[in-house]
This record gives sequence, structure tokens and C-alpha cells, in this order.
Amino acid sequence: MAEKTILIGYASCGIAAGAKDVREMLEAKVAEADCGAVVKQTGCLGICFDEPIVEIHDDTGRWVYRKVNERKAERIFNEHVVDGKPIEGFLFQELSEHSSREPKYHMFKQQERIALRNSGVIDPENIDDYLAREGYDALKKALTEMTPDDVLQEVSDSGLRGRGGGGFPAGFKWSLCKKFESDQKYLICNADEGDPGAFMDRNLLEGDPHAVLEGMALAAYVIGASFGYVYARAEYPLAIHRLNIAIDQAREKGILGRNIFGSDFSFDIKVKEGAGAFVCGEETALIASIEGERGMPRIRPPFPAESGLWGKPTNNNNVETYANVPWIIRNGAAAYKAYGTEKSSGTKVFSLAGKIERGGLVEVPMGMPLREVIFDVGGGIERKQQFKAVQLGGPSGGCVPAELLDTPVDYDSIVATGAIMGSGGMVVMDQNTCMVEVARYFLSFTQKESCGKCTFCRIGTLRMLEVLERITQGQGKESDIEELESLADQIKGASLCGLGQTAPNPVLTTLKYFRHEYEAHIRNKACPAGQCKELITFHITADDCTGCTACAKACPTDCITGSKGNPHDIVLEDCIKCGSCREVCPTGAVYTR
Amino acid sequence: MEATATQLAEIVRPFKGQVGATIPVLQAIQTTLGYLPPESFDVIEQETGIPASKAYGVATFYAQFRTEPVGKNLIKVCDGTACHVKGSETIVTAVRDHLGLEGEADTTGDMVFTLEEVACLGCCSLAPVLMIGDVTYGNLNVEKTREILDEYRRKEA
Repeated sequence: MAEKTILIGYASCGIAAGAKDVREMLEAKVAEADCGAVVKQTGCLGICFDEPIVEIHDDTGRWVYRKVNERKAERIFNEHVVDGKPIEGFLFQELSEHSSREPKYHMFKQQERIALRNSGVIDPENIDDYLAREGYDALKKALTEMTPDDVLQEVSDSGLRGRGGGGFPAGFKWSLCKKFESDQKYLICNADEGDPGAFMDRNLLEGDPHAVLEGMALAAYVIGASFGYVYARAEYPLAIHRLNIAIDQAREKGILGRNIFGSDFSFDIKVKEGAGAFVCGEETALIASIEGERGMPRIRPPFPAESGLWGKPTNNNNVETYANVPWIIRNGAAAYKAYGTEKSSGTKVFSLAGKIERGGLVEVPMGMPLREVIFDVGGGIERKQQFKAVQLGGPSGGCVPAELLDTPVDYDSIVATGAIMGSGGMVVMDQNTCMVEVARYFLSFTQKESCGKCTFCRIGTLRMLEVLERITQGQGKESDIEELESLADQIKGASLCGLGQTAPNPVLTTLKYFRHEYEAHIRNKACPAGQCKELITFHITADDCTGCTACAKACPTDCITGSKGNPHDIVLEDCIKCGSCREVCPTGAVYTR
Repeated sequence: MEATATQLAEIVRPFKGQVGATIPVLQAIQTTLGYLPPESFDVIEQETGIPASKAYGVATFYAQFRTEPVGKNLIKVCDGTACHVKGSETIVTAVRDHLGLEGEADTTGDMVFTLEEVACLGCCSLAPVLMIGDVTYGNLNVEKTREILDEYRRKEA
């Protein structure tokens, strides 16, 4: 019998969706049946909405099964693995080479996967899988055929810009650190993915940790660093686990350590667990954190390129930036520049989440209009609701409205809208999301995360939050909008680091594009989106209600009366206005006023 | 008290002489004991020379560290942006109601559960999400949340 591989998507999202049970079941089946099959794990393909994913690779090709539970897995094993008959109804057609059915939608056609090329393909805990896909070829080529200047030139020519959000040219950053002479230099990989609503780095580290290590080694070769740190979020235990495995395996093969590939270059890497502070996304705060201090930013200059970790020249880039580098060295700068726009070359990974039909992780060429990313790749708004805004760049970014959906995703075009590209989080919002509440949410986040060093950030964000809370509670004053704008201006101007300088952005963009919602809250004491609790009450239209009991079951306070077949009603005194009933009502009978 | 100090000293001792050890040493204590007991800071100073004031300053700066004991099962309800727009507040309410947590309390009287709201667990496409121990649960609604908690309660009984 031919060799068959059963591949299970085993990243955090897959496991959360139930991949563990499916894996254990399939492993038990394979162990008891002599079917010539092996079970392997891989990272995430990015189709998180269809997790858990199970792939069968046999002599007929690749078959990808979606939304696999134990029941489906048993049938897939019995019918496909043992009897050789694929189950069409369970397939993710687009990636199943010989499916007889047309895909219902395409999610991969418009993607170009450079950073994600191995994610969901290889076993991230097996270095041989990475080596088999040109892994560490770039490092070998660099160390045996290229000088550090050659590597730097290639990266500079590629136009690669920092993927953590700032968009600073990577090659230029490396050249700064390179020119400072020192007995010791350090390299840092920022894997402290602090933006709420973004998970590109988690996925990359869980799916292809070696690509990040290889990119780091290449950067270290350029600047002359002998030691590197990956500063990773403690909330990402699986990513840290896989990074540590990857580092150990690379050391065993002599790819990390002394005299790599027989050259004079020596380099090693250690994982440093972060302890939860958004401000550590700022590089001087991150450095303070590695040194064991409170993560507070300091004045630059001197820049870390000159005096960074323990006073030594230090280069810091984000996970995705490093993950692009091996590809660039293997394929050349011109090949990379073939993707994207003139000023934003290459591709960018985005995490699609919120009220979107197909949430997941995608990688598209820079310059693709937002509309295509959200509607063509991501399938548009879930439950056929109306698009209202997409939040880009997390707490430092902003909300981009429907009329700007044709904006291309590149650094400069996104900045022109008032948002920022950020690290790649896209959170989609529909007509039931209140934009004033979104602004309040972000301000409450930045207010909590402000390190307290700068007065305008520490106190200014609190003052802004108080105004926003007042507005969402129906106690807004006519002068509030002006006060928000004035505070925003001062905080932006008088804060030392990026956290404070960008904290007002979510307020400013919502004021710019959704000012009428602020005005409705302040003047009419009304929340047009029906979300701000103090301003709404929930009701059920008896004519539309079928008495299905979905709302009554969903209600956390059991305040919905009515029984199966009889119209429901809400006891207003006990209602906490959480909106659970509206979320689950199949006929749209729940409304607010 | 004495037992705790001895235990703390054993956890802390290996970090003596390491540079940048403040955060790792606090993490080591919390991993073993679930929180940082008040004696931790003096023990850190005695064993490693890191001033207690500095260790305390670091502990209170970062979100990860807690100075109160935690319940056996730590429930982290995600309030990242995606979870927030998909109703994480409802999930928090459901957890509080179901566990009978009142007012400011975040740990149940029997020390079985502690509720914590966290910024982002990075499983945004399965929002809303919560994590108990190392296990993440996605695509939650009120009913599913209650079932998960009941399952843990049954395990405890």
C-alpha cells in the first residue's frame, strides 16, 4: 500500500477549534490499523474559520478537509485513508487538487505567500522539513558566497520595510547598526505582538520558526552581531515552545553556534519571555525589559543602533520582517520587488477578524485595495450584514470607512487615511458596532498600557477616556468633541514614544469619518448602532418571533420569557443589554430603541 | 510562612548572578506558586542581590504578575479588539454570573476559579475566546461558556 500522510493543522487556532481530539483519534486509528499512513502536524494554513483542518496526501494528490471533528475524522479515515475514496462533501475544494466540485469561493488565488510559504505545510517541530524546502539555503549562500555588504545590498535593494508597523526600511536600519564598531553587538526579534486583534507573529512562530531564525542569522551576519534575543509574548506558550525546539535543532545541526557552515561567523539565539506590556513594542522599552527593568522608553538619540541592549549596538526588527529575508536572499531583490508597489514592495500578512465571513491569516501583495482583501479574500461581512469600518493598526491605528475601501494597502496610502498599516491586524466592523464605543475601547486600552513616564500620555489619555465614557453613557456635552480634539493634539505632540504619539488616532479617525455618531450620542442621547447600553433598550417584535427559544437560551440573566412556539418577550428590569439575543435571533426579531 | 520562604529561596537561588534576571525570577515564582507572595521580594533581595524595591517595581509594571493567590483554574477571557466587537463583555458577564462572582471579586470562595480579562490571546478569528489553564476555547456564546464551566465544575466534584 502506498505511503499516505495525514496532516493536521496544529497551531493555537486549530487546537482551540478542536484539533487535539481529532489528532488523538487519528493517531489511535493509525496505530491500530495497518494502513501505511503516518500522522504529522503542521502549522496554520490561515483558513482559521474552517479549522480544524486535516489533509490527506496520497498517490492521488492533496486533499484538504475542513471543519473536521471526531465524527468526520473517523469517516475520513475509514473511507479515504483505508478505502481510498475521498469524501467530497467535507472538502475545502480550492486546495484539493482533484476535487470534482468547483470551489464555492477562492481564498488563496489572490494570495502570494512568501512569509507564510511554509506555514501549514511543514512540521514546525522538525528541522528536516524546513531544510527540505530550501531552508537555511539563504544562510549557507550568504556565509559561503556573499560578504555582509552583499547581503545588506540585496535587502536594501528589495525595499523591505519593517513589518512591525513603522515601515522603516530594513536595509537602512541594518546599515546604521553595521557602521558602529563594538566588541559586542546584539540582535533582537520583537515577537511581543501586543496589538489586540492581531496574530500574524504568533502564526509565523508556530508555523515556521526556522524562517525567523534564519532571517535573524542573516541580519546578524550583516551587522556583526554574535547573539540574538527573541522577545516573545508569554501569552503565546506554543510559539515559545516551538521556537525553543527550533533553536535546539539548529544548534544540533551546527546552524546556530560557532563557525556556522564552516565560516568565521558565530551566532546564537535565546528566547526571552515578555511579561505583558504593550509599550514594550517600542524598542527602547523592549530593551529595558530584556535588561530586567520596567519597560519604559527612553529618549533617542542615542538610537539602539549605536547604544542599545546593555549599551551595545543593537538591531531590532519584527518577526515578519525577518521571515521575509531568507526568501529575498534566495530569490534576489528584483524578485521581491516584483510584488507590491514602488514604495511598499513585497507582500504583507494580515489577520482578518471581527465581523468577517472568513476570518484567518492571509498574505497579499502590497497595494491590493482594502475591498479586495476584505471582500474577495475574506468573503465580506458575516451573516450578510453591512460593512461599516475596518480597524487597522490596533490602538495606534484608526477606523477606515466604507467610502475609502478602494484604498490600496501600502504604508503611505493607509497613513493618508489617518490610520496606520500597523503590524497587520484588520478588525472588520458592521452596522451594529458603535464607533464611539470602539474609540472608548482603544482609549481604555492605551490608558491602561501607558507606562506613565510622560504626563500628557499618562493623564491626557485618562482625560480622553473620561470624556468618551461620558459620551457613551449619554452624558456628553456639546464641548466634548472640541475637548477631545484638543487633548489629542497635545498628547500627540508631547509624548516621548509611539504609544502616546499615536494613542489618539482611534478617536481622531472616528471623529473624522463618523462624527455624526458622536453628535447623535451628545445631542440626541442616542446610539445609532444600538450598542451603548445606557442609551438603548432591547425589544422583540412579536410578529417576527417564531418562539425558537434561541434568545432565551443565550440570555445570561434569563430575562427572556416565552416558550417554544410562543413569542418571546424581554423583562426590561432584568435585562443587562448585552445583545446576546440579537446575535442569535435567526429572524431578526430583536431590535433596540 | 517559614515553609514558603524556604520554597521561595529554592526557586530564586539558581538566578543568582544572572544579568537581566528580574523578570525571569518573578516568572519562575509565579509558575510554581501561581502568584507572587508578599515575602517574594525580600527573598529575591537576599538570594540574588536584586533590591526588593526594584523587583516589586517590575512586578507591578507588567500585566502578567499577580500578588494575590489564584484559584485552581485561571480563566482568561480575551478582550482583544476582535473579541470585543464580537461580544466578549457578554462572555465576562456569563462567567461572573455562572461562578457567582460578585462586586470586585475575581476568585471564587472555594478557590476553584479565578477570572481574568486579558488584552489578546491571538486567536482572533475564533472570537470570542477564553482560555482555562493552557486550553483555549473559541467561537463562544453564553450557552457554550456555561457548558465549559460546568465541565470543569464536574471535574472538581
